[in-house]
Amino acid sequence: MLEIRNLHVRLEDGGKPILKGVDLTVEAGRVHAIMGPNGSGKSTLSYVLAGREGYEVTDGSATLAGEDLLGMEPEERAAAGLFLAFQYPVEIPGVGNMTFLRTALNAQRKARGEAELSAGDFLKLVRAKAATLRIDPEMLKRPVNVGFSGGEKKRNEILQMALLEPRMCILDETDSGLDVDAMKLVSDGVNALRDAGRGFLVITHYQRLLDHIRPDVVHIMAEGRIVRTGGPELALEVERNGYADILAEVA
Amino acid sequence: MARPKADPAALAALLEVLPAPAQGGWLAAAQAAGAARLAAMGLPQRRDEYWRYTDPAGFNAPLPDPAEASAEPSAFEGIARVRLVFVDGAFDAAASDDPAAAGVEIAPLSVAGAADIHWARELHGAIEGAAHAAVARPFAALNAARAPDGVVIRATRPARLPVEIICRTAGGARDVLLRHLLRVDPGASLTLIETLGGGARSLHLIEAEIGAGAALHHIRIEPRVIAHPCQSHLHARLGAGATLKSFTLSGSAGLMRNETVVDILGDGAAAHVAGALVAGAGALHDDTVFMTHAAEGCESRQVFKRVLREGAVGVFQGKILVRPGAQKTDGYQISQALLLDDASQSLAKPELEIYADDVKCSHGSTTGAIDETALFYLRSRGVPPAEAEALLVLAFLAEAVAEIEDPALAGAVEARLAGWFGREAD
Repeated sequence: MLEIRNLHVRLEDGGKPILKGVDLTVEAGRVHAIMGPNGSGKSTLSYVLAGREGYEVTDGSATLAGEDLLGMEPEERAAAGLFLAFQYPVEIPGVGNMTFLRTALNAQRKARGEAELSAGDFLKLVRAKAATLRIDPEMLKRPVNVGFSGGEKKRNEILQMALLEPRMCILDETDSGLDVDAMKLVSDGVNALRDAGRGFLVITHYQRLLDHIRPDVVHIMAEGRIVRTGGPELALEVERNGYADILAEVA
Repeated sequence: MARPKADPAALAALLEVLPAPAQGGWLAAAQAAGAARLAAMGLPQRRDEYWRYTDPAGFNAPLPDPAEASAEPSAFEGIARVRLVFVDGAFDAAASDDPAAAGVEIAPLSVAGAADIHWARELHGAIEGAAHAAVARPFAALNAARAPDGVVIRATRPARLPVEIICRTAGGARDVLLRHLLRVDPGASLTLIETLGGGARSLHLIEAEIGAGAALHHIRIEPRVIAHPCQSHLHARLGAGATLKSFTLSGSAGLMRNETVVDILGDGAAAHVAGALVAGAGALHDDTVFMTHAAEGCESRQVFKRVLREGAVGVFQGKILVRPGAQKTDGYQISQALLLDDASQSLAKPELEIYADDVKCSHGSTTGAIDETALFYLRSRGVPPAEAEALLVLAFLAEAVAEIEDPALAGAVEARLAGWFGREAD
């Protein structure tokens, strides 16, 4: 599904290198987790894949189902089926959440040559999806993420994911700022979306999110590279011993 | 304030091409009084402080080019209202609805000006004439001197329907001058919509007396295409507990100046003046507001949001004057500009002048570009950049549109705005 080969990225305008040869393959139907210490390049990887400005790819490639991601505009990547759940979802005063969701869904449908959803059909769809995430209908009327609690913001990200039905989901530190109950709610939302045709890349600092979203594969990232790959037990090892042992081992 | 010396010859040349003075009735006398006010002031010059950012030259001399036909569709189709149509500055009864449907007294100024309507006679020039003591406004006096027509409305109870003044041009008059006299009696209310046209050079003015506990809701839709310079003035006076809400939507591509002068004379009154502007190539759009608090416990708001692109220039001059004794005044003023390119420019001159010690007055002015983080967030969800920008622009303007009280009228304005960006309103 997602293939990243030897990806090298630095900050724009000759800034410092952040990713120094990332290799990673996420297969459809599988959940991969990336863990790593602060500054290892985890969030940069997610931003570069989503197409955020400010980065320069100096080498390597990233494809989604065989299509070159790095040559696409952010909206084209979304229409191709890539979704990034932001670590810090953006507040947009004045734009109603409902308007935002409908505009996004219809823009993607249009880009894929599908018919746009009518207001009525959309309303039914969004209400059903919101209910399973226990999102209050009031939250749909408010401006995008404005005045939302940390948990509400993350639930709103998962709602977008549920509506847009991407085939490749990247979750960037979705657990940050969540209490235990909110983490369970968000995880349930993600787990409900797991299916054979969809790949997940879960970026997290801590193991506890992975108690709820159980990964098939765990990668450890450090200094802009994947330094270890293993099964779920690797996350437990990090939980017990921290990153120091692993980093010392690969150094 | 000392003003540069006026040029009587230039004034005479301008008057020569304007509609001729009324021949009789009280209107002739009122026009003569306006002409006298104008002669005392002279036409504004570029060096006038009040025309610091906008060159008055476009208004000062005979229009060199012919007028064009223009009839922009109303933004309020489908909403019950009484339409009063003016073509080339003259009332067109055949194209208008039956004024009686509004449930208030309505007459064209050209008719009322010859009839014995004492309140209209007393109102013509009374509020505007008093405004010059603070700042000379020669074009308001010019309008008094030569506007041959307009609407005269007296509401003695809440009007049944909104009244929409629709200005069209057929290309027959280079200068269109309309003057509307509104009297909203104590306890009464009126919604007045102005749909302006841009085919001729135009000078519109409303003089409004809003009685105790009365309410005037004013919505002005300015032309999308402005072939010639356009001015629109609102002079309003508020009694105790009165309400004024004025909102202007502008999609300007030419020279447009709006002057709003509000005198709050009765305790506990509220005046809100708002504007939403989307200005493109060739636009110089000027909103000039003078809000005077002369009573206790009154509230005023000025909310101006402008989107500037393609080298457009937006000007905001907003003043709050709190007179001695106007305690417990709550004055608020915000002007915000969103620049969509480097060529566009926003100029703001907020002023507070306060002579009472127990007041709350705040003003703010910001200029910025589109929020790149929000833009990326929208694009990451599949929204193309032009559509994402439109969403953010409409969101930016929403605060000004929110000043319209009636939800149906606000919805119509939102739909008009959204249409400018190729979107349907939600």
